Parts: sequence; C-alpha cells; structure tokens
Amino acid sequence: MSLLKIDSLTQRFGGLQAVSEFSVDMQGGELMGLIGPNGAGKTTIFNLISGFYQPTEGTITLDGTPTAGLRPHQVTSLGVARTFQNIRLWHDMTVLDNIRIAQHYRLGYSVWDSVLRGRKYHARETRIREIAEELLEAMSLTDVAMELPKNLPYGVQRRVEIARAMSVQPKLLLLDEPAAGLNSADVEDLIKLVRWIHDHFDITIFMIEHQMKVVTSLCQWIKVIDFGATIAEGTAEDIQSNPAVIKAYLGDDNI
Amino acid sequence: MQKYSLNVLMAAVAVLLLVMAQFKIIDNYIQAVIMYVGINIMMSTSLNLVNGNMGEFTCGHAAFMCVGAYVSSILSVLFFGNKFGDPIFPASMAVVVFPVIVLLGGAVAALSSILVALPSFKTRDDYLAIITIAVNYMVISAIENMDWIGGSRGFQGMKDTVWAMRDTLSAPWMLLWVILFTAFTIWVIRRFITSTYGKGVNAVCQDEVAAEIMSVNTNKIKTVNFMISAGLAGCAGGLFAHIVGYVNPQSFNILKSTEAMVMVYLGGMGSLSGAIISAVLFTGLMEVLRSAGVIKWVIIPLMLVLIMQFRPEGLLGNKELSDVFPKLKKFYTFK
Repeated sequence: MSLLKIDSLTQRFGGLQAVSEFSVDMQGGELMGLIGPNGAGKTTIFNLISGFYQPTEGTITLDGTPTAGLRPHQVTSLGVARTFQNIRLWHDMTVLDNIRIAQHYRLGYSVWDSVLRGRKYHARETRIREIAEELLEAMSLTDVAMELPKNLPYGVQRRVEIARAMSVQPKLLLLDEPAAGLNSADVEDLIKLVRWIHDHFDITIFMIEHQMKVVTSLCQWIKVIDFGATIAEGTAEDIQSNPAVIKAYLGDDNI
Repeated sequence: MQKYSLNVLMAAVAVLLLVMAQFKIIDNYIQAVIMYVGINIMMSTSLNLVNGNMGEFTCGHAAFMCVGAYVSSILSVLFFGNKFGDPIFPASMAVVVFPVIVLLGGAVAALSSILVALPSFKTRDDYLAIITIAVNYMVISAIENMDWIGGSRGFQGMKDTVWAMRDTLSAPWMLLWVILFTAFTIWVIRRFITSTYGKGVNAVCQDEVAAEIMSVNTNKIKTVNFMISAGLAGCAGGLFAHIVGYVNPQSFNILKSTEAMVMVYLGGMGSLSGAIISAVLFTGLMEVLRSAGVIKWVIIPLMLVLIMQFRPEGLLGNKELSDVFPKLKKFYTFK
C-alpha cells in the first residue's frame, strides 16, 4: 500500500485553475521534489495534502485513509507534518514549548487531567518532554531550547521549524521551500540535515524548492508543474535537459 | 518550600482576614471591598484567558457573569427561599449546597459561552468582538423579557440562603466562599495554561494556522477555553448576586464588561499575576474614587488612555511577576 496516493487532484479558486490533474504515488521512503515557477500551484498542493483546502476534484489517500473531509489537525494526526515557506513558529513561546505543543494530538489526557493533574497527566507530560528533549538533542538544538524563536537567527529558526514538524513523528514530511532566505553556508547545513532526517528517522520527504542545488543533491525524483499542470517528472538529469521545463522557467526563445 | 511559599502566605492572609471578619475587627464595608476584589480577580483572570492567552478580543464578558448570577440566584431561591413555593432543602443544608449552586451557575454560563465559541471558529478580531457585544445584549434582553424572574425590575431573595448559612453557624460565610472561589479560579487557570494542553491556546493566539497544522484541534481548544473562561465568570456572577442580594440585568451591561477589560489591559495581556494585581488595584481605585462621584468615569477612562499611550503592553506585559522581578524567583515561580 502506498503511503501517499494522490489521484488526479484538481483545485479551482473561482475561475482560476490552481492545480489540475495532479497525481503522485509515493510508496514510502522516497525523497521527492516538487518544482515549478512562481505561482505554479506548488504550495496549493501542499495545502491540499495537509487538509487546509478541500480539493475540487480528485482524491488524496494517506496510508490507505482518504483525507476528504478531514480537518488539518486530523490529517496531521495521520502522520503528515509540514513546514511553511515563511517560517510560522509560535514566536513568543520557547523552542521547547513549540516542540511540545506539536505533540498535541497524542497528549493522551483531557482538560480535566490538565487541571486535576493525576498520575496519568504527570506520566504523559514527562513523556512529552522526554520526546521533545531527545529530538532537540538529535537536531542539535539543545542550547536554544529555552530561547524564544523570534530571537534566533533565521537559519536556526528553519531548523526549529523542521524539528517542530518532526515532533509530530510523521511518516510523511512536507517541506515548503526550506532553503528560502538562507545563505549558502546554511543551505549546505540544510542539505545535510534533510538527508540525515531522511535516513535517521526513515521517513518520506516531499519538498518544494527553488534552489536547484538543493533539489539536485537531495531528490531522487522530481515533479515539475507549471500553471497547475504537471509538465515533466524524472531524475535531476532528466529534468534539467527537458525542453518543457526549460521553456517554463526561461520562456520561449522565439519572441 | 519554594514551591509552596506563596500559597502558604496567601492561605495565612485569607485565614487572618476571616478571623478579623469573624471578630468584627474589619467592618462590613471593608469586607465588602475585599469580596469585590475577589470577584474582580475572578473576572479579570477569566477574561484574560480569552483576551490575553487566546488573543481574541471579546467585550461581552459580563454576559456570562449575568447568566451565572441569574442561574445561581434562581436555584438559591428555589432551594432555600419561599418565592417559588416551599424551600426544597432544609436551611441547615445551605452551607453544603451553596458552593454547588455557584458551580451550577458557572456550568450554565459555560454552556452559554458556546454562543460565542461557535462563531469564533470562523471569525476573529473585530468581527468576533461585535459578536460578543451582541451576545452581551442578547443575554440582558432575554432576561429583561422574562417576567417570572422579575424582568428589568431585577430579582431578589437569595439572601435567604446567606442567612440560612449564617443561622447554621455564625461566620463570615460570603467572605469565605469568595476567597475559596477566587483561589479555585486561579488554581484552575494556572494549571490549565501551564499544561501542554492549555499551551495550545497560546499557539492559537500566536499562529492559528500553524496550530491547526501542528495537530492542535483549534475548534475544540477554543471552545474549551471559552467555556472555562465563561464558567469562572459565571461563578463570579453567582457570588456577586449573593453578596448584593439583588440582581438586575442592567448591572451586567457593557459597562461591566468594560471594567473587566480595563483590568485585563491594565495588568497586561496574557499575564495571570498581572490580571490579579490589576484587579486589586482597580477595585481599590474604584473605592478610593467613590467620593468623586461621576468624576470617577472621567478619571478611569483617562487612566486607560494614558496606559495605552505610555505602556500599551500593560503593567506586566505578557510576563508574569517573577519574570519582571527575577529576584522573586527565589521565593516563587509563577509559571
């Protein structure tokens, strides 16, 4: 059974066809890239997968469960986590709290427990904290655990956001332009980090990225979309020599 | 020791107050002011849960106080008064039943807050503020049009319960209940917002989309938060009704809601200790300015203007007392 199966997904906003007939089948364990010019509909696809929009047509199946009608937090609890193009951390809470809150769906206690604080509450909170601390350790973020994200450098914020997504313990991680706004040293770190996450946690990664260096060095398979339609897919070499892709990015040469 | 220092201090102060009230060392006026302080603490801390921690702007908090006040008053009269026929319980039961009456008032207020919680799923900010004002008016108008509980003339008779308690055992009962319920309010709120569950509320405040994507059930947590907030305001209303012995729908109008908001903004959004301190300050100020009469309503809004101008984040900002004065951490941590 495939982990993520998207079948002829179409999304219209009024008259605008943002995504048309997008299909993908990820068996699990891949590191797939999604590229395309600005406004091609890449983030819309991510928003559809994470349940933020309901698709106009087509189906999304996660690990055998169709996601139609589910709210984003329900989709997340099926094992999908994502990051955002512009970093969306909770900037006025410590990094540790950010990581803890992202485990909300498996807190395992109710409001009453949070007020009465019996044995179950303490056991669960201890476990949540342990998971958070282990993750921060693994992502080498222990030093900044008690800092507020807004006071951290941009590169570290990216890392924190990926750590927050990982604390969902996802099977599928969606990265929306993780290299946006990073300098070249940070990009090198990011490539290493994504590869390490992919190998260490043994998860599937689907990423949108503009920087070809990141895409070519990480992604085993790349899908290219333009105006919502898939125009090419293949390995990095295939894509770079594909005339349709060059046309989408650079335009026609006969003006 | 450090963990309990403040609790022990507060308990000592409470016992001292009760003893002084019992032996008439502090007169009825001072007792009344202390009870209003307690009620205002309940109102400001519970409103802070929504306006501060969740970042929604609700300005109809008095509506829930009103629901709590009326429900507990009706129950009180039903159980111990003669207005609706013979009392259901003997007067000696009043001491035990009274907290249940107040809690039931709070529970109904919590249910009524669904009126605000449901629209809050889709609306935010100014639009939700308008809805809350509307709910405030809806509640008042509904009660004004219920003749069987006095309508706009108000409702009374719950002093029977207070007297029943006093006849059972001569003690400053209302002061005791106000202190206990204030402590209960702070206890509930503090535990809720410091748990990972409750921190979801802060996540909704800071980035709702991220919260929803990061597996926080935002609709549920908003509803829970509104219900806790309204429930505690309802308890405050129930106590208020029994202190005064008379409730009138117009005493829970938008002006009362504004008072609660002033306290929250004075103390600092999202700061529990700030809300408590500002409730004490505000109640004190109201009493000091009582002699000034109508001038009071010039001075207090003016004060609010000045706060917004020079310290828009409130006295403590979104920090707790121990963050502002780190030396206090030696004695107590507020988070």
